[in-house]
Amino acid sequence: MARFTRGFGGRGKANRDPRLPPGQYDTGNKWPVLTAEVTPRLDTASWTFAVEGLVDRPTSWTWDEIHALPPSSFVGDIHCVTTWSKLGVTFSGVSVDTLLEAAGVQANATHVLAFSHTGYTTNLPLADVTGGRAWVAWDYEGQPVPVEHGGPARLLVPHLYFWKSAKWVAGLRVLDHDEPGFWEQNGYHDRGDPWLEQRYQGD
Amino acid sequence: MTESEASPSGWRTATVIRIEQETARAKTFRLALPHPSPHLAGQHYVVRLTAPDGYTASRSYSIASAPDDTNEVEITVERLDEGEVSTFLHDEVMVGDDLEIRGPIGLWFVWNGDAPALLVGGGSGVVPLMAMLRLARRGARSDLVRLVVSVRTPDDLYYADEIMGQETTLLYTRATPPAFPRPPGRLSIRDIPQPVAPGVRGYVCGSSGFADAASDVLMDLGIPAERIRVERFGPTG
Repeated sequence: MARFTRGFGGRGKANRDPRLPPGQYDTGNKWPVLTAEVTPRLDTASWTFAVEGLVDRPTSWTWDEIHALPPSSFVGDIHCVTTWSKLGVTFSGVSVDTLLEAAGVQANATHVLAFSHTGYTTNLPLADVTGGRAWVAWDYEGQPVPVEHGGPARLLVPHLYFWKSAKWVAGLRVLDHDEPGFWEQNGYHDRGDPWLEQRYQGD
Repeated sequence: MTESEASPSGWRTATVIRIEQETARAKTFRLALPHPSPHLAGQHYVVRLTAPDGYTASRSYSIASAPDDTNEVEITVERLDEGEVSTFLHDEVMVGDDLEIRGPIGLWFVWNGDAPALLVGGGSGVVPLMAMLRLARRGARSDLVRLVVSVRTPDDLYYADEIMGQETTLLYTRATPPAFPRPPGRLSIRDIPQPVAPGVRGYVCGSSGFADAASDVLMDLGIPAERIRVERFGPTG
């Protein structure tokens, strides 16, 4: 039982939205921007997305090619490690399942390292980006994903803390081991499940 | 790197030993740590509040003090009217109170005090940069650091009695003190002391809009994007 803070009543558990994981608050209509890098200006004419590593057919899609794949949408909640959550949002793009199936993931694969056009990386277990749980998303609420939020396209893995949903995503490298990405090397958790409060290494 | 720096897994209790009003909307809290916990300039702590029913709210606050041997740290907190944690810290917390904290956290937006650094901060974004400036002064390496601070008005400047010096350039976006030579206006390339040091690393901290504008200015000066580290805060629409 944690000690309580003198004088802090909080906003109370009783009317707390059950969609909020522990330690998170509802940011409402706001969408905070948290990025450690300079915001890149990416041209969709030269944009690509690649699946490489332990796959049978390393594959790269152009902007037009990836839009020709079967569309897929997510409606639900997103959770940032800095404690804001945004509830009931809609993203559209393509399921990561579609991309991995096209490339043919090899049997010994266990993890992926997502990489961005900026050099940003983040690591994920393969199981967290398959089974309808991850997308490459280019629309947010029916509009193009704003550049400060990762546009023209970002990874979307909404059941994990949002740093796993790499902005400006450029591809997935399929691996047979876990390889810490940018924030993970800088002290953050390798998996990042918000319902388990896996914020930092050691949680 | 000690384990507590890389893996700040535990919550600890710190005691508030001093509170100073920086501006009308910002206070600095000096915290006594329960045991030594060296930090790097640019790192932050998480502060967690717990209600009697177990409800918690936590937020991250940058460390303003330089790494030193006092076993105390200072965080500066801007009071956001809708901020559940910052309003509590401002309106309720008194000297002698205990606060649950976790940290220091962050290995990216840090300066180790040994390489040229161009620090550009907007408003409360100056806080982690102040830790870097203080580290430079402590180590007699002011030559390595240039700090450019953008504030709306003179009343919005943090650390006003300490921040000015040979390293520091100040600009106002809305209103200036009387006879201030630069008219109010947004940061531009002319506000950056030039030439910038070869190989300099940029550290930009502020609102998202400020961070983007300041990053553009640094890139216009020829600093490549990969040598610019950015810390953003504050909501956008």
